[in-house]
Amino acid sequence: MADRITLKVTRYDPGRDHEPGFQTYEVPLRKDWVVLDALNYVKDKVDGSLSFRWSCRMGICGSCGMMVNGEPKLTCATFVSEYMPGPVSVEPLKHFPILRDLIVDISDFLEKLTKVKPWLIREEERRVVDGEYLQTPEQADTFRQFSMCINCLLCYAACPVYGLDPLFTGPAAIALAQRYNTDSRDQGTNERLDILSQHDGIWGCTFVGDCTRVCPKHVDPAGAIQQYKLTAAKEWIKSLLMPWGGR
Amino acid sequence: MGKRSNEPFLWLLFSAGGMLAAILIPIHVFLFGLAFPLGWLHGPSYQSLLELLKQPLTRLYFFVLCTLSLFHWAHRFRYTLYDGLQIKHLDELINTFCYGGAALGTVLAAYLLWRIP
Repeated sequence: MADRITLKVTRYDPGRDHEPGFQTYEVPLRKDWVVLDALNYVKDKVDGSLSFRWSCRMGICGSCGMMVNGEPKLTCATFVSEYMPGPVSVEPLKHFPILRDLIVDISDFLEKLTKVKPWLIREEERRVVDGEYLQTPEQADTFRQFSMCINCLLCYAACPVYGLDPLFTGPAAIALAQRYNTDSRDQGTNERLDILSQHDGIWGCTFVGDCTRVCPKHVDPAGAIQQYKLTAAKEWIKSLLMPWGGR
Repeated sequence: MGKRSNEPFLWLLFSAGGMLAAILIPIHVFLFGLAFPLGWLHGPSYQSLLELLKQPLTRLYFFVLCTLSLFHWAHRFRYTLYDGLQIKHLDELINTFCYGGAALGTVLAAYLLWRIP
């Protein structure tokens, strides 16, 4: 095994550069190194100005998502040795504006996420003395998968529809909306329907399925969207048959 | 509240058509395209097929199969043109072509099935 590998890293300083470019770095190739380790090596030993987000190093915080050789990956869970003999390209997540180097602006996602109200909505909040909202393990299982989302945005970088139409609500936000829609304790389905059933909500999705393929937490956003299309279609028929029935 | 999409209707036709086409058309292709002509199965005679086709229920079956499959195509092809060729700005033209084409096919299917003596 060679003992060094070349990283091709996106560099961009908005105050200086007109557009992003590449810079190459040679780093030691260690069997137990993930791409994030290699980037940290560059930052510590070679070029302290290289900027990227990271925190937990164990696939939970969702902040180190980048494009590795063109694929959206969590860099803390992607071994450098998989890309032998190199070079390995490391770019910021696709479909988001670059702030600097490998850091992207995710405000668009955060706005969309808030719009779909990913929290428990109750018509009437129970008093604390009345105890918890009980739920059976079976009821919890219906949404458990969706609750694994860590907002790493690999799915947005993978989604060709989001790339073409930035108004599309997108995979993670819809999966998280569905996480609460399918929660037995939640009563906010109708509030979310107004947002999700718009054209830019679920209907933008053409079921490419790349969101599900790249998800590091095995959430199935594509499945959530198809599931929700059926729900929204049923609601549409209901509102057609009973236009007087206020939801 | 934002504008509600009329997409559910088109999507219902699309998904119903996709399911019907995926389940039933391979059976037709297998029977009439392979099994009968190659003699794997003894096929019915032309006369008995014509008799079968005269039944209103058979005609209805073919009408639904053709119509929904066409609307499945229309929806899929619309998005192929939107995203594949990235000509979404021509959406009025594309929608007219796709759904109009499917509607035309529906009329044609109805006419051909109705004309059967």
